[in-house]
Amino acid sequence: MALSIVHRATGIALYVGTLLLVWWLVAAASGPAAYANVQAFTGSIIGRLIVFGYTWALMHHMLSGIRHFVWDLGYGFKANEREALTWGAAIGGIVLTVLIWIIAYMIGGGR
Amino acid sequence: MSTADTPKRSMRTPLGRVRNLGAAHSGTSDFWRQRLTAVAMVLLMIPVLVIIMMLLGRNQAGAKQILGSLPVAIIMLLFIIASAWHMKIGMQVVIEDYVHNEKLKLVSIMANNFFSIAVALASIYAILQLSSGV
Repeated sequence: MALSIVHRATGIALYVGTLLLVWWLVAAASGPAAYANVQAFTGSIIGRLIVFGYTWALMHHMLSGIRHFVWDLGYGFKANEREALTWGAAIGGIVLTVLIWIIAYMIGGGR
Repeated sequence: MSTADTPKRSMRTPLGRVRNLGAAHSGTSDFWRQRLTAVAMVLLMIPVLVIIMMLLGRNQAGAKQILGSLPVAIIMLLFIIASAWHMKIGMQVVIEDYVHNEKLKLVSIMANNFFSIAVALASIYAILQLSSGV
């Protein structure tokens, strides 16, 4: 599995995506009009796709990172353990992302 | 043993001075901080997700009220500091792996530092302004 490069790619995506987080926080501090602009963007189809992608990148990077952490501690090096950790991170990232968005839609009512 | 490279007399042996510094000559501090900030963010992930969920569908006044409250602001500040630090180290590792031209590497690492610090400072300033009720 070539998951290490995905870990890097998601890391770089999250790095660039912090611009969106900065925009959101600065807009919240700036006032209603600026905040409405952010909401208009994150509410659009493209905006939702980007935030959905960002959610997945974050969840995948976190689980993949925990996998690296397990290795740092000196565990999980057997072939079957490596496979289990890798698949766990890959599938877990998707499951968590979908779960978060289901909860978000239930709370936000599609907002 | 020569002391040509040590103008001031030191009680430390040459081996002692380089031990634990590794090939990058900077030791393992970045490795450690990368893990430290990672664990911090894992611990903060659920509170941060809860905060974001609380903000869904609210306008600026509602967002200001939530983000400006003390526990939320502290959690957000911790998360911002951990993530900015983490991404600065991570991007530096990527740069060091792929950029082999020394000058370009230097410029890239500088740009990485500027970007990460700017992201952190802008976010921190926004949170503090939301908290202060200005």
